[in-house]
Amino acid sequence: MDSRRALGDNVHLPEKVQIAAKILVVGHFAVGKTTFIGTLSEIPPLRTEETMTQAGADVDDLKGIRGKTTTTVAMDFGRLTLNERLVLYLFGTPGQQRFVQVWEDMTRGALGALILVDPQRLRESFAVMDLVEKYGIPYAIAVNRFDGTPSRADEELREALDLLPETPIVTCDARDERSSANALMALVRYLQSRTR
Amino acid sequence: MTAPDDELGPESVELVRPYVITNGRGLPDRDRFDLITLVTASAGDRRTDRLDPEKRSLVKLCEGGYLSVAEIAGHLRLPIGIVKVLLSDLAEAGYVQTRTPVPPAQLADIQVLQEVLDGLQARFG
Ligand SMILES: Nc1nc2c(ncn2[C@@H]2O[C@H](COP(=O)(O)OP(=O)(O)OP(=O)(O)O)[C@@H](O)[C@H]2O)c(=O)[nH]1
Ligand SMILES: [Mg+2]
Repeated sequence: MDSRRALGDNVHLPEKVQIAAKILVVGHFAVGKTTFIGTLSEIPPLRTEETMTQAGADVDDLKGIRGKTTTTVAMDFGRLTLNERLVLYLFGTPGQQRFVQVWEDMTRGALGALILVDPQRLRESFAVMDLVEKYGIPYAIAVNRFDGTPSRADEELREALDLLPETPIVTCDARDERSSANALMALVRYLQSRTR
Repeated sequence: MTAPDDELGPESVELVRPYVITNGRGLPDRDRFDLITLVTASAGDRRTDRLDPEKRSLVKLCEGGYLSVAEIAGHLRLPIGIVKVLLSDLAEAGYVQTRTPVPPAQLADIQVLQEVLDGLQARFG
């Protein structure tokens, strides 16, 4: 069977594609990463997994996998063909894992990161923020307000998250296309401002 | 902003990958295949019937045009590490070719960012 037909028409990239760019969508557990990527992606979001086999090291601090020898790190991603030569990939991965290889792969060549934050669970964002900073990825904060949560002043968030004065904070609903696109564009404008 | 017990480093959990599909081969050249390296099948008819089933489906998938390494892994439901090993074999044997992403230092960063912004604006208004 011809794989072209089997997979449908919108699987492959345009012939003239030259540049692949990457932006990370990160954040703590259940903050809306997969939703965000699904909202913007032109292809059904894909998931890849890296199966890791433990080589005798201590895994006590990896919650829930004590005693197991393998674990799986999942990455969600989506794609946006932005012009005939440029494609943008959005990669999402949870922040609570500490697998060096996955973070190295994810961050290498990334333009920047959008960190999704639930204002009700700010502390849970610290670990992923540390990782993004450790790899030197410039980022913007997208506050994902879940229904019924009170809004918090940007300045309060900035202080709680220990952000630089120039780090953008945008509100977004990951289920909404326009709102998610705005958050992504705010990040890109910030990245532009850093290159000047 | 600190999470003191979450330090990454060489002392982190030491991990090895499954070697089953890769015939015990080690990790491939990591610089050649990035998550967003674009891959396509080489032009011309090449016999794939003697390839391993995983390699054959990889080549088939790439016959339709370019895909990123991450997409190949997603479609084939294989871990990224394995896909990289398969790809480096296939590239060496001439079955696939790559369009390597331009490393950020060489990127005309300003231009790419402008194109990303323009593309997003055109699409989402
Ligand atoms: N109200 C509201 N709900 C949201 C929003 N984003 C996501 N959700 C919901 O929150 C839940 C978790 O969203 P996911 O997209 O799965 O979150 P995730 O970050 O991918 O979760 P993990 O991969 O498990 O870490 C889902 O039920 C979503 O429908 C949002 O912006 N607003
Ligand atoms: Mg998810």
